[in-house]
Amino acid sequence: MSGINDFAFKMGTVNGTGSASANALLMQAIFRMGIPVTGKNIFPSNIQGLPTWYLIRVSKDGYTARPSAVDLVVALNPSTYAKDVATVRPGGFLVYDSTWPLDPDLVRDGITILGIPFGRLCVEHFEGDRDRTLLRNIVYAGSLAALLDIDMQVVERMLTEKFGKKPKLLAANHLAIKLGYDYAKAHFQCPLPFHLRSMDATRGHILIDGNAAAALGAVYAGATVGAWYPITPATALMEQFKGFCERFRVDKDTGLHRFAIIQAEDELAAAGIVIGAGWAGARAFTNTSGPGISLMQEFIGLAYYTDIPAVFIDVQRCGPATGMPTRTQQADLLSLAYASHGDTKHLLLFPSDPRECFEMTVQAFDLAERFQTPVFVASDLDIGMNDWMVERFDWDDAYRPDRGKVLDAAALAKVQRFSRYLDVDGDGIAARTLPGVGGKGAYFVRGSGHDKHAAYTEDSEAYQEVVDRLKRKFAHAADHVPAPVIEHQPGAEVALVTLGGCDAAVREAADQLRAEGIHTDYMRIRGFPFNADVARFLARHEHTFVIEQNRDAQLRSLFAMELGVLRDQMIPILDYGGMPLTAKAVVDGVKTHLAGVPA
Amino acid sequence: MTSIAKPPVKHPSSRTNALGLTLRDYEGAMSTLCAGCGHDSVTAALVQAAWELALEPHRAAKMSGIGCSSKTTAYFMKQSHGFNSVHGRMPSVTSGAAAANRGLTYIGISGDGDSLSIGLGQLSHAIRRNVNMLYVLENNGVYGLTKGQFSASADIGSTSKKGEANEQAPIDPVLLALTLGATFVARSFSGDKRQLVPILKAGIAHRGFALVDVISPCVSFNDHEGSTKSYAYTREHEVEAVHADFVPLQREITVPATDEVLRVVELHDGAQVRLRATAKDYDPTDRESAYAHVRACQSRHEIATGLLFVDEDGKDMHDHLRTVPTPLVDLPYEQLCPGKAAMEKLMERYR
Ligand SMILES: Cc1ncc(C[n+]2csc(CCOP(=O)(O)OP(=O)(O)O)c2C)c(N)n1
Ligand code: SF4
Ligand SMILES: [Mg+2]
Repeated sequence: MSGINDFAFKMGTVNGTGSASANALLMQAIFRMGIPVTGKNIFPSNIQGLPTWYLIRVSKDGYTARPSAVDLVVALNPSTYAKDVATVRPGGFLVYDSTWPLDPDLVRDGITILGIPFGRLCVEHFEGDRDRTLLRNIVYAGSLAALLDIDMQVVERMLTEKFGKKPKLLAANHLAIKLGYDYAKAHFQCPLPFHLRSMDATRGHILIDGNAAAALGAVYAGATVGAWYPITPATALMEQFKGFCERFRVDKDTGLHRFAIIQAEDELAAAGIVIGAGWAGARAFTNTSGPGISLMQEFIGLAYYTDIPAVFIDVQRCGPATGMPTRTQQADLLSLAYASHGDTKHLLLFPSDPRECFEMTVQAFDLAERFQTPVFVASDLDIGMNDWMVERFDWDDAYRPDRGKVLDAAALAKVQRFSRYLDVDGDGIAARTLPGVGGKGAYFVRGSGHDKHAAYTEDSEAYQEVVDRLKRKFAHAADHVPAPVIEHQPGAEVALVTLGGCDAAVREAADQLRAEGIHTDYMRIRGFPFNADVARFLARHEHTFVIEQNRDAQLRSLFAMELGVLRDQMIPILDYGGMPLTAKAVVDGVKTHLAGVPA
Repeated sequence: MTSIAKPPVKHPSSRTNALGLTLRDYEGAMSTLCAGCGHDSVTAALVQAAWELALEPHRAAKMSGIGCSSKTTAYFMKQSHGFNSVHGRMPSVTSGAAAANRGLTYIGISGDGDSLSIGLGQLSHAIRRNVNMLYVLENNGVYGLTKGQFSASADIGSTSKKGEANEQAPIDPVLLALTLGATFVARSFSGDKRQLVPILKAGIAHRGFALVDVISPCVSFNDHEGSTKSYAYTREHEVEAVHADFVPLQREITVPATDEVLRVVELHDGAQVRLRATAKDYDPTDRESAYAHVRACQSRHEIATGLLFVDEDGKDMHDHLRTVPTPLVDLPYEQLCPGKAAMEKLMERYR
């Protein structure tokens, strides 16, 4: 299966030892050689001392899903030797630090073991524990460059870009690369049977993570208020937003900011700040993960019931409770769709990669203001924190924010009476005013029962009129949230339905199934509420598989609840161990089921 | 309840303020609180303060949480936007609104339950952030709206209507605010309009978080003998530290001459608060002595009232955030979006 520009390798290290920069260097070098590449950082929920892996997949065909086995492992963490050796495919390779004798855990039949004395090389050439530890990573990068035939010119250029202004560091890194490279060249037959060869398949693409992409979306959408409380894996999103704002939104003359970022005391407050700012007329958002979403529930219901725009970016992680904070999942679907007590339903967007994180964050602000309601971008750890190869982002300068129905002083002058919750257009969306407008525009936001004039009520009919309008508004949104991606193969009787970051693995699985004669149709959900195409697609097929990353088949439940599709008509393929989905899991799921179906 | 409109009778003789508005123009919907509720008196004082300050109604926003006290935002300034949020969370909503639009005057109303139990964290952090707002804590020692449970400000030994005695130490919002670094701390009594109105005015004019703790008896659940938040108790045990007169910018009024020590605190916009200390050595610009004074009163079972502490030089939230003077909501989109050319350049960083 593996060959030129088609293989995967993995580094098993201890976190806090500085392997991240070496791994990024490798990945970026491959990308710059024009070869499609993705990296997955599998890291622990602590700061120092626990196992961490970096998995790099090279795929000339552009597959980006996590591979189920690897061709080569660099095993530098004794505590995970046994596990790491087990992931090498038969015929694959293992690289270990031969400064010390070979650990029996690393011995396995059917693989080739390569010893490189990383530790000794570092002790001989560098001073001090810190440098020796850090540069050991660069030494293994050098060895991999030789074993995999990475273009050394590219590597040299990258080091110069990175350390050009720091000659001492540059020299040390150069030396480290060379030590590893030369040792491998001198002792092994380089390159290995699977290796790299320059291509031209990354032109027009970038390597970016979803958190940075969503942050950029918020900047381009014109968001001015960001409120948050730090939580993995969402943290970097606001940090990136801050970075972009400091680059693009600081007044040159005064140094003053055209943005406000508030690190709140908790997620409740973050939600309150976003809602207050949205009510006041700013584009405001918060970034969080499952535990934060749980805390925000009451406020989400308030914004829903009082028609206030707010954007929530949920970078999902493994729940419930604290769960596995550094592992990925799609298990917040139901808690987002119906967040808060009482009858509530929310608009959800499901990006499948960083590019969609960018686009959908912009859309989320437009939808929030158009529909005057909370909008959730349901990203996840895999999309948010890993570098994905995606098409470059483009921007259309003709874009203008959709501020929705807002009556300014001039518009107010023309109306007889302003009634905040009166559905004039029949789409469930009532015009709002912003505080400060004057005239007849003042109204009173209340989370307690209110009528269409925003006045307090305990009257059944007046109350129902408002919540019925909200229901209409929600239904109306189905044709405005991103439509599903639907693709047909002629004669397909099997349908694969998924959402979010599963896209990569499911598409790869579809190709593998097709190669085995199983033709599939494909639907990727991108928004909630579902539009009519979703229901039509689900009704069409003999076998419909719903593939998602949670235990309870939450997407399937949404189909059943919202569209009335019979649960048993949808076969769940569930992967919820916290790792990004593999094509193998999908192929196995489909084949196992089909094998059990009587012909 | 709050939708009951008052009949629009205009008194021909109604006095008008600098904007040509009458007191009536600052009123709101008819109150639905119990007759005699202290909160209604606070509402009346707020109406008076806003009218005297000639606040443009549409440039003010009324913010509150949940409780009888929090309902009162509906009972004044009907021409202002209002936001009755969720229980204990008004400070965050106001922080967000103030971050978005720094051009408005924010008047927050809360209760002792809303502020000192469920909302203690949010109150503390709004003080710490120094959000530019007036924060009126209508303090009755009970949860009025849920029918008379003790709140966290109930004093040790105070008895509930059912005769049960509170044994837990109270949280004093004034001491809390002084400890957390609030830049404006005052206390008054709902029944003392003469003291309350100038304090509210000074609090509105203050740049930063202005905490005004107002003892506001609950006639239904906490205005009986034994309650330290009753009308009778407050009247008997109130010790005024300083009496404040508020003198708006360029609209100086003459202050009656007195023998008392007069201090003038200049606000950031040039308006002044004149403080007449009843205790000769009271210094409302010294946090330590303010704290000591409040504690000393407490140990004598007295309630320190008046403008207890003020610092006009504190940095407010926008100073900390270094935001532009133009409200963020008024910035044109062109000043927010970096545009296509910047995007193209930026993309090179991800190669
Ligand atoms: C999350 C939540 N919990 C409980 C309540 C019920 N509740 C409404 S008002 C209130 C207490 C209000 O007390 P306070 O702030 O002192 O106001 P008062 O009525 O005394 O003026 C409570 C507990 C609520 N509205 N929301
Ligand atoms: S219950 Fe108490 S606080 Fe509530 S309105 Fe009646 S008197 Fe006022
Ligand atoms: Mg109370």
